Amino acid sequence: MSGHSSWPEWVYIGVVVALLCYVGAEAWNIERIVEHVPADAEIIKVTGQQWLWTFEHEDGTKEIGELHLEKGKAYKFEITSKDVIHSFNIHDYVVLLDAVPGRVNTVWFSPTEAGEYDIQCREYCGLIHYNMRGTLIVEDKGA
Amino acid sequence: MVLELHKPRPIWQIMFSTHHTDVGLLYLITSLAFMFMGGALALILRLELFAPGTQVIADSMTYNRIFTVHGTTLIFLFILPSASAFGNYLVPIMVRYKDMAYPKLNAIAFWMIPPAGALIWLGFADFTWYAYPTYSVISAPGPAADMWIFGLKILGVSSILGSINFIVTIMKCKHPDLPLSKMPLLAWAYLTSSLITVVAVPTFAAALLMLLTDRLGASGFFNPLMGGDPIAYQHLFWFTFHPEVYILVIPAIGFMYEIFPRFSRKPIFSHGSGVTAFVLLALVGFASWAHHMYATGMSFTEKTVFMVGTLAAVPASAMHTFNFLATMWGGRIKFATPIMWAVGGIALFFSAGAGGVVNSAMPLDFITHDSYWVVGHFHLFVMGTILFGTVGFVYYMFPYITGRMYNEMWGKVHFILSFVGTVMVFFTQHILGLFGMPRRIYDYPPIPEWVQMNIIISIGAFIIGISMAIFLANLIYSSAKGKPADMDDPFGLGGKYYYPYQAKNPHH
Repeated sequence: MSGHSSWPEWVYIGVVVALLCYVGAEAWNIERIVEHVPADAEIIKVTGQQWLWTFEHEDGTKEIGELHLEKGKAYKFEITSKDVIHSFNIHDYVVLLDAVPGRVNTVWFSPTEAGEYDIQCREYCGLIHYNMRGTLIVEDKGA
Repeated sequence: MVLELHKPRPIWQIMFSTHHTDVGLLYLITSLAFMFMGGALALILRLELFAPGTQVIADSMTYNRIFTVHGTTLIFLFILPSASAFGNYLVPIMVRYKDMAYPKLNAIAFWMIPPAGALIWLGFADFTWYAYPTYSVISAPGPAADMWIFGLKILGVSSILGSINFIVTIMKCKHPDLPLSKMPLLAWAYLTSSLITVVAVPTFAAALLMLLTDRLGASGFFNPLMGGDPIAYQHLFWFTFHPEVYILVIPAIGFMYEIFPRFSRKPIFSHGSGVTAFVLLALVGFASWAHHMYATGMSFTEKTVFMVGTLAAVPASAMHTFNFLATMWGGRIKFATPIMWAVGGIALFFSAGAGGVVNSAMPLDFITHDSYWVVGHFHLFVMGTILFGTVGFVYYMFPYITGRMYNEMWGKVHFILSFVGTVMVFFTQHILGLFGMPRRIYDYPPIPEWVQMNIIISIGAFIIGISMAIFLANLIYSSAKGKPADMDDPFGLGGKYYYPYQAKNPHH
C-alpha cells in the first residue's frame, strides 16, 4: 500500500504457522498414545452426585469419597453422574473428565507412586461444589 | 471531530435523543458504570479467597451468585456496550454519513440494556455466566435464574439490533467516494464484529428459550431424564460464545489501530493486512467452539478438528500484533496515556494468545481445563487486551467528548498500577491452575502453594481496584474541572494530519 516491503511480515507469519504446526502435530501424537487403554485395565465405575463421589470396583466393592487402588496397575474409569454435570479430577495424575448425566465417559490411568492424592470436582455443580472432594489412596501391595 | 458534547445541555435532551453521539455517550456512561460495579464484585471475591476459610462472604451460594453476576456484567454490560459506544461515535464519521442508518433503532438497542441489567442485578443468579444444564435446569434456584435468562435474551436482541445498524450504516450509507478498501480499520472492526454477531448470537437466543422451557418443565431438550442431552446446550452455547470472543476483541484491536498511528505519528504499517486479519478472525472464529468441551468426553477426531480450528485463529491475531509493532517501528512516538494502554494491551494480548495455544493442545487441556489457568487465560484477553484497549480509547476520546483534558499524570499512574496488578493477578492464576486449583470454588483446602498464590492474586486485585478508583476520580473531576482541551490537537502531536477524522481535516 505505502510501498514498503512486506517480506518481514511473511517471514513472521511463516514462523508462527510452523510453530503451530509443530504444536498441533505433537499434541495429536501424544493424545493418540495417551488415549490407548491397556487391555488389562481394571474398570472402576465412578458416579458423581451433589456433592460426593461414589466408586464401584469390578468385584462389587463400593467406596464413598475414598478410592483405594494398587500401585502399578492400570485402571479405567467409567464416569457418569446422577444429577448435574460434575468433572472427575485427580490433578496429580492428569485425570480429568466430565461426569455427565445420561452418558458414560471413560478415561484410564495407572498410579506410579504410593500415597494419598486429592480427588476434586472441576465443573461447577452448586452449593457444595467447592468441597466435593475425595481422596485417592494408592497402596503398594508388591512391597 | 464533530462530537460537540462540550456544549452543556439538560440531561433529558441527551437521554431522549437519537443522535449517534448522544446514544454513544449513553452507551459509554452505562458501560463504564457497569465496569465499576462488576469490578467491585471481583474485589469481594478476591477478599474471600485471600485465605482458606470464611472471610467476608457468609455462604457459598452468595459467592456463586457474585461470580456469576461479575462475569455476566463485565461481558454483556461493560464490554459489548462500550464497543457500541465508540462505534456510535465514530462509525458514522468514518464512513462520512450524518448519523447511524437507523437512529431510532439505535436508541432502542441502547434502552434495552438498562432493564436487562436490572434483571441480572436484581435476580443475582448463581449458575455461572454460562448456565450449563442440567444444573441450570434442575438445580439452580429461581426466580434469579429465570430473570438472568430474560436479561440475557434482551441483551442478545439488543446486540443483534445494534449490529444490523452498524452493518447497514457501513454498507449502505458509506460515502460513495470512500471504497471499502480505504475505510479506516476501526470501521472494518465494527463491520466484522457485527457480522459475527448476526451469525452467532441467534443460536444462543434459541438455546436460552430451550433452557427456559426446560426449567418450566414443558420440554426436555437438555434434561436426560426426559430424553435430552445436556451436552447439546454446550454446543449451542459455545457456537455463540467462542465467536463472541472475537466480537469482543475485534473492536478493542480496532481502537489500537486508531491509537498507534496517531501517537507514533506514522501511517499504519499495512492497512491490507489489518483487513485480512479481521476477516480471517471472523471466519476461523466459527471453527473452534468445541475446544471449550474437550473434557465432556469428545472423541479423538472431534478434539483434533477443533484443535486445528483453534490454532488457525493464531496467525490472524499474530498479524495484528505485527502490524502494531511495525507501525510503532521508526515512528516519533509520544508516550501519552492512550498509547501506553495500547502497548500494555499488546503485551498482554500476546501472553494470552501464547497461553491459548497451550489450552488448545489436547493433552495439555486436561491439565488446565476448568482450573485457575483458564481464569487467568481468558482474563488476560478480556481485561489485559479488551479492557486495556477500551480504557486507552476512553482516554483518547475524552477531550473530544468533554472538551476538556484528563489529568495526564494520574492517567499514567492508572496505567502502571493496572498493568502491575493485571500481571500479578492473571499470570499467577495461570500457575495456580497448574497446581490444580479448580475455578468457581468458594473455599479451598490450606495447600501451601494455593494459599501463597491466592494472597499474591488478592493483593494484585486490590492494586487494580485502587487504579480503577483513580480512573473514576480522574473521569469525574476532569470532565467537570479539567483544563479545556485544544480541540485541533489535544495531545500536542503537532499537526492536524494526525487526526484524520476531524471535521476540519483537509483530507476530507
